[in-house]
Amino acid sequence: MKILFPFFAVIALVLLAVLGTAANLHFLFGVVIPYAALFIFIFGVIYRVLKWAKSPVPFCIPTTCGQQKSLPWIKQNKLENPSSTLHVIGRMALEVLTFRSLFRNIKGELRDSSKFVYGSDKWLWLGGIAFHYAFLIVLLRHIRLFAEPTPAYLYILEAFDGFLQIGIPRLFATGVVLLAAAAFLFLRRIYVPQVRYISLAADYFPLFLIMCIAATGIIMRYFFKTDIVGVKELTMGLVSFSPVIPKGVGSIFYVHLLLVSALFAYFPFSKLVHMAGVFLSPTRNMVANSREFRHVNPWNYPVKVHTYEEYEEDFREKMKMAEIPVEKE
Amino acid sequence: MAKFTAKPKDLIHIDFKNPQTGWMDTPVDIREHMYCHPSKAKDLETVGFPNIHEWKPIDENWNLPENWKETVLNGIKERLQKYRSFHVFMDICVRCGACADKCHFYLGTGDPKNMPVLRAELLRSVYRKYFTASGKILGKTAGARELTEDVLKEIWNYYYQCTECRRCSVFCPYGIDQAEITMIGRELTNLVGLQLGWIAGPVANCYMKGNHLGLEPHTIKSNIEMMLDDIETITGIRINPTFNRKGAEILFVTPSGDLFAMPGIYTAMGYLMLFHELGLDYTWSTYASEGGNFGFFSSNEMAKRLNSKIYAEAKRLGVKWVLGGECGHMWRVLHQYMDTWNGPADFLEVPRSPITGTVFDNAKSTKMTHISEFTADLIKHGKLKFDKSRNDHLKVTYHDSCNTARGMGMFEEPRYIIKNVCNHFYDMPENTIREKTFCCGSGTGLNASENMELRMRGGLPRANAVKYVHEQHGVNMLANICAIDRATLSASMDYWVPGVGVAGISELVGNALIMKGEKERTADLRGETLPGKEGAE
Amino acid sequence: MSFNEFLSEKKPAILKKWFDAILDTYPADTANFLKKQKDRFANPVGSTIYSGMDSLLNSLLNDDDADAISKYLDDIVRIRAVQDFTPSQSLAFVFSLKDAVREEAASKINSPDFSAKLIAFERRVDALALAAFDIYMKCREKIYDLKANELRNMTVKLVERANLIFEARYRDIDLKDLVLEGNKSERGE
Repeated sequence: MKILFPFFAVIALVLLAVLGTAANLHFLFGVVIPYAALFIFIFGVIYRVLKWAKSPVPFCIPTTCGQQKSLPWIKQNKLENPSSTLHVIGRMALEVLTFRSLFRNIKGELRDSSKFVYGSDKWLWLGGIAFHYAFLIVLLRHIRLFAEPTPAYLYILEAFDGFLQIGIPRLFATGVVLLAAAAFLFLRRIYVPQVRYISLAADYFPLFLIMCIAATGIIMRYFFKTDIVGVKELTMGLVSFSPVIPKGVGSIFYVHLLLVSALFAYFPFSKLVHMAGVFLSPTRNMVANSREFRHVNPWNYPVKVHTYEEYEEDFREKMKMAEIPVEKE
Repeated sequence: MAKFTAKPKDLIHIDFKNPQTGWMDTPVDIREHMYCHPSKAKDLETVGFPNIHEWKPIDENWNLPENWKETVLNGIKERLQKYRSFHVFMDICVRCGACADKCHFYLGTGDPKNMPVLRAELLRSVYRKYFTASGKILGKTAGARELTEDVLKEIWNYYYQCTECRRCSVFCPYGIDQAEITMIGRELTNLVGLQLGWIAGPVANCYMKGNHLGLEPHTIKSNIEMMLDDIETITGIRINPTFNRKGAEILFVTPSGDLFAMPGIYTAMGYLMLFHELGLDYTWSTYASEGGNFGFFSSNEMAKRLNSKIYAEAKRLGVKWVLGGECGHMWRVLHQYMDTWNGPADFLEVPRSPITGTVFDNAKSTKMTHISEFTADLIKHGKLKFDKSRNDHLKVTYHDSCNTARGMGMFEEPRYIIKNVCNHFYDMPENTIREKTFCCGSGTGLNASENMELRMRGGLPRANAVKYVHEQHGVNMLANICAIDRATLSASMDYWVPGVGVAGISELVGNALIMKGEKERTADLRGETLPGKEGAE
Repeated sequence: MSFNEFLSEKKPAILKKWFDAILDTYPADTANFLKKQKDRFANPVGSTIYSGMDSLLNSLLNDDDADAISKYLDDIVRIRAVQDFTPSQSLAFVFSLKDAVREEAASKINSPDFSAKLIAFERRVDALALAAFDIYMKCREKIYDLKANELRNMTVKLVERANLIFEARYRDIDLKDLVLEGNKSERGE
């Protein structure tokens, strides 16, 4: 159920797009839905971030993963235990760009059938980083569709991406990597019992969606070639707010577009907001200098305490007997 | 009479008739020896906790207050608005599973709900149901579920099988910290009167008497005097510390376990000897006689209420700065919370070692320095003389306490001290120390006796690593800087790795410290005869 | 083929069957995670039990002495003694070694010489079970000891002091002198 439901949801989306184009609803699928999806994406993410930002950070709670700044002759680990904003930027950059924490992953194993040790386990890191970077580059490559003339850096990017020099059109490695990495992440959810146990429908849905998006993209580029000129006409229309529906763009393109729209619209309401959330995670984005500079809690309020006077009241005689100084004789 | 028919085969195949169900459909099974007893009403009354009532974890009916559901949901809402950590952590988990096998309780019990991600999902599912659009509409498909009594029981059960050690947070790609979620989950259970005796008791004691153990002022003094007697026997030196003395330069605060419990008292003897040898102008306080903070294991507010005593006492006595003893969660609180709660401590001065002149700039605002920072600085400046051979009977390894590791980052200072006072030091395998250290399995108020099986299971991953160095290098002493470790690792070692003792670092310092005018020592601080000194007198 | 040769040849298969049997004793949730070939060793419980079983089989093969055998048995029993089992459930795993061996030996069981050896082997397994029982009891006693000791560790100084105060009063001497005297006599001076 956790797997089938999202699977059929994605199939339903595909059918919807096919039926829609068959019913000549090109304007709905080519213009209205993409605009709506982008609108939901932008405002949804902003709403989410603002909502998080509205909750204050009452305490300075970074998770320290390296030596603190203490005595001058002890080497501080500035990236894992940052004591300045610059260090934090470094820490966050490592986290966001290289998935530092996943890289740390370890796994217990039995060696020589008698020694139990924790060894490094980088598979999840590898899958994750391949997936995210491939996604990013694929996304960047699509800028070609929204800019005229094509920016120069895209040629460089494409040259790298197509370095394998296979086939015509040239094979972009990232498309394949994206599909493979998404498949790996999916198989991992099925195969690793712990991960399977914790996975929700909401974990499979975006994976199916992205796999389908990548697959339709690859099909369009290499197999049933879409009229790229027509597509660009449509995308340029969207970007210049003067939408046009070109003739001759196959329904597979509308499938691709609807799935992308679904992903964008789904984004703010799902775990996918981790993209924005990671920047707001207090255990990672705070300076670990809470003893050096006071962190202020905006909702700090006075509390009832048991004062020294009350304490002395309770124990004065005993304190005097034990020759412990008291305030009131 | 029934025939005796037990067949090993039947016994070994415990029949789980139910096919494996999803976690939401697997009801919680609260088992004895895995939980701590509920709190006593009088302890909760002392500190004015709400909804005090009689209940037992294994009972069907927990006698929850009538509006318990509303109370919990309002509690969640309030905390979402107060803590960005909680709010963000409820939303961004992608369930990648990197944290799953990082929890000592999961590794030791195999119970899937002890995977940090699932422990968080227990609460997250409720959050989705009542606070997100997708959860309200899609329900279970979106991973949302109703808050029922069973769900509350489940949250209670597993949030008191978490020691807030933050190991999961180290491995999480978004830094999601189960400790943070557990703290909030525990606050929620407190709102409806579900508290542990082992937490509420120390909290009430600490509130009224100044320390968890409930030592009254004269008892604190006489306990320390007993240690002084022992020190005199061992070194021939009589030490005369002061209590509640106004005008001292430094206020010394340590967990009360050091004043009372074994083997903590040996650590306290180490402090006493060190300070005497330095001629430090310091005082103990009977009012602020607790560094630890069991309030931290019940609610933020309670923690603040208990913690207030340290600054209040520092102000009353007019000291310049505060020195803190060896304790784990105490330092999480002092390092990351105290100044925010009860500061600014502008009546104090930036800590400065009167012996070396070192200014502890890293504690410039909080004005509280860790004994290991203080001692490491002394050693570096050559202010202490050691006879390391007095620790030669010990082969030492060092356990990084969760809180000083992942809530502070104190890794090198303790190791530096140990290497200077011991000849034999061996670290445990790399992936089990420093920021990856394993919890003792009994932190956050779970160090009771009735849950000994839980403790032993949770302590297994740590014990396993100790066993490794025990077998490899003959390690027989587990050093640490945490009072709970000293108490609970003793039990854990006794069960899993017999032959390994537990000691605070200051005890090892006390053993090795050469004091002016001391007689030839024949025993260590535990009164055990030093090797080669048998029959020396 | 002698019985010992059979054992050493079939050891991997026997070990696998035996280990699978012990995994079956865990709740479905837990066992499910332990079932995967790779995952079972990813935690100290699974791997300690496995390596304990492996070593036990080797010891039985090599006719090691009781001390060596109980060390390995101890590794396994110590874990099971703090898990959610009744005493009999905790220890039943020992007997499933017999099943594992018999299943592997099915074809040879007709040979009288072999079956005599098999029976002798099974006697040793029975002895193993008794030894496991001793270890189990020691573990459980240790748990209760720990509970008691913790309380004692926490109060020892109080009791000591209370006793001393009484004695000092009784003998009408200074408490401090009494402590010093006590410390000396404790160390046999």
